[in-house]
Amino acid sequence: MSNTYRIDALTPGTFSLDGQEVEFGHGESILQAATRAGHYIPHLCWHPDFGAAGSCRICTVKVNGRTGASCTVQAAAGQLVESNTAELNAQRKTMLQMLFVEGNHFCPSCEKSGHCSLQATAYAMGMEGPHFEEFYPDRPVDATHPDLLLDLNRCILCGLCVRASEQVDHKSVFAIGGHGIHTHLLVNSPSDKLGDSAILPADRAADICPTGVILHKRRGFVIPIGQRRFDAKPISEQVEGSAP
Amino acid sequence: MSHPLAWLESILTRHQHAPHRLVQVLREVQAARHWISRESLSRIAEALQLPLAHVEGVAGFYRFFHTKPVGQYRVLFSDNITDRLLGSEALLQALCTRLKVQPGVMRHDGRVSVATTSCTGLCDQGPALLINHQQVVTRLTPSRIEHMASLIEAQVPLEQWPAEWRQVDDQIRLADIKLGAQPAPGQGIAAALARGPQGMLDDIKRSKLRGRGGAGFATGTKWQLCRNFPGQTHYVVCNADEGEPGTFKDRVLLSSFADSMFEGMTIAALVVGARQGLVYLRGEYRYLLEHLQAVLQRRREQHLLGPSIQGQDGFDFDIEIHVGAGAYVCGEESALIESLEGKRGTPRIRPPFPVEAGYLGQPTTVNNVETFCAATHIAVNSGDWWARIGTPQSTGTKIHSVSGDCERPGLYEYPFGTRIGRILEDCGARNTQAVQVGGPSGVCLSNSDFGRRIGFEDVPTAGAFMVFDRTRDMFAVAHNFAQFFAHESCGFCTPCRVGTELVVRRMDKLKKGYGSSEDIQVLYELDKLMHGATHCGLGAAACNPLRDTIAKFRPAYEQHLNSLHFAPGFDMDAELSQARLATGRDDSGAHLETLA
Repeated sequence: MSNTYRIDALTPGTFSLDGQEVEFGHGESILQAATRAGHYIPHLCWHPDFGAAGSCRICTVKVNGRTGASCTVQAAAGQLVESNTAELNAQRKTMLQMLFVEGNHFCPSCEKSGHCSLQATAYAMGMEGPHFEEFYPDRPVDATHPDLLLDLNRCILCGLCVRASEQVDHKSVFAIGGHGIHTHLLVNSPSDKLGDSAILPADRAADICPTGVILHKRRGFVIPIGQRRFDAKPISEQVEGSAP
Repeated sequence: MSHPLAWLESILTRHQHAPHRLVQVLREVQAARHWISRESLSRIAEALQLPLAHVEGVAGFYRFFHTKPVGQYRVLFSDNITDRLLGSEALLQALCTRLKVQPGVMRHDGRVSVATTSCTGLCDQGPALLINHQQVVTRLTPSRIEHMASLIEAQVPLEQWPAEWRQVDDQIRLADIKLGAQPAPGQGIAAALARGPQGMLDDIKRSKLRGRGGAGFATGTKWQLCRNFPGQTHYVVCNADEGEPGTFKDRVLLSSFADSMFEGMTIAALVVGARQGLVYLRGEYRYLLEHLQAVLQRRREQHLLGPSIQGQDGFDFDIEIHVGAGAYVCGEESALIESLEGKRGTPRIRPPFPVEAGYLGQPTTVNNVETFCAATHIAVNSGDWWARIGTPQSTGTKIHSVSGDCERPGLYEYPFGTRIGRILEDCGARNTQAVQVGGPSGVCLSNSDFGRRIGFEDVPTAGAFMVFDRTRDMFAVAHNFAQFFAHESCGFCTPCRVGTELVVRRMDKLKKGYGSSEDIQVLYELDKLMHGATHCGLGAAACNPLRDTIAKFRPAYEQHLNSLHFAPGFDMDAELSQARLATGRDDSGAHLETLA
């Protein structure tokens, strides 16, 4: 589902985001409207081109004193939305730490470092360490595809590849499997392997991952460290171009 | 020559190759073959025109579906705290020892696997277990376990096991309206037809009936919203996914009062204009399916279901039963609907609420078993009559599933407003330390709370009432609940998926004596986070028992600390796990606690 950002003249309205008035359109969520207006609400599983999932919970805000994920709460006139507060940012940092210890994230050796939304959001929230004990899950790397690499160690279960493959590529290459702490990404192919799936390097799903799970082979360090996206400006100052 | 998967075709055909029947198809395949092979998943995906990974993802969501071989006898011990109080852990160990099998691992010859499952709703006659997801054994004793091991070794079919083992008693200790004398089948429908849909709705609103499943939403408002939302059709869904540990009142209503429940659904159908009803029966109650289907069939023959009910032209309504497959989260109404639609039971983003866009996108009212039973009595006796029972904010009666440390466990039905202490006296509880009301997601009450009263305005409850006397370790109770929530987290949102796991790890660490007061502080922080940040109520409630027990029984936690001031940065024994792995050692000399 792609979203258009035309404001419906019949239902104009504004809400207050940390004291600033934000205009919203018909049916928009708080996060959609805020992003369009250039305001940063930290998020990982939401992308302007796709419908909300509401799973990462990083975009949790307070709306008239009640907490909710801003990607799923509909904007309404007169709402008082708090986002950039010490309490909410501390909560975001804790949830980011949860995502870090749940997987295997070694930024210094990751090709995505500097382009990674998880890493950039962690910096933005002042995360200096994992705080919790690392889970060190045993997750295999799938290198069976000629052009793409699948490293599930870095998967945060945002489901963006699932949505991109289904809604844009019309291939449904990915799905979510398991439950609880054993929830994981599945590949739709007879062998379970990416090499036997229908994904191609030009697919939207091949370029949507906010972390370093789906990588293009033979492109390692094409852009040197220091010149990468989040080396120039922090994620909080790159709101319009949310796409990785 | 028949195709190796020919047996599967009849299941697929019976479900019209419909993708929204996926969970039911998987359940029948699992029942037929004990597990679901990849070839079966592929064939199902092809027939239902779904991606294979989607089918695999749905199969992997439910605890009762197995995509790898499991034992010919799959024994699941109910792992509620009440089972543990009755010695379930030692019995599980005894069975494993006799059968020479590791818990959670299939025996090499494929004969048997033994593991645990969340509460099976037999707390008043436990310890209990479930075999092959369709037969229960109640009142386990060491001699039953010994006998069971020999039956399994001799490959005796389940139907030839002693009949008294699968005896499930109602144990109604105190009956009021819903557990008392019932109206004749059809009496409630006739009364509702006499009032007409609007008149019946008005009466439900006058009764001030609130949902009995826990949330307490006004039933009349729910029905009115559903009735008023436009749709191609409307649905009535009965939530019989009684998964809250310690709750078993719906099991008895389904067993002995199914007519009143089905009648309540039919009355709801009249009000909201539904032609189709669905009962979502929890997988643990699969053994009630044949009985429920027989009641439905009789009601069709009595013209209480089917076309032109009681001769009323245009009043057509029938009910179908869907069986769940072991997922507590499906008790949440939007997750339940996802499961009915054949998907992973992940709660939906709301709004829209089910009354606007529920089953297959149509307006749907989802109500609890006990709520539908209440509606039947209201139809017969009037809303004003019901509103005079209980308290002004909490009208009518509530059924409590009483278990734990008391002389007379079973069902007790009281008007709302009843004192906690009164229930304790009636069930023969002595020397009571605490009561967990409403299950793990409810509240833990101590002595000073026993004067409080059951009701939405004071102590709300979905029906569980677990009693713990002064010999019990309340830390062990909270530990069990923490394991339950981690086991049942759907895995969708970060704070619940990871948070429940972090809580269990903290509790494990405290239990082993490696914890520090810092760990208790982290538990507080996780509780605070999960209350505000999770996607659904399961995650939000997951730390309730911790919060209550830490606040009320802090010494129970502190006795697990080496020192109140010691703050170890890491768990020494856990750090050695890599060394154990590298050296291939797992003997007593390789563990801190057993190191001489």
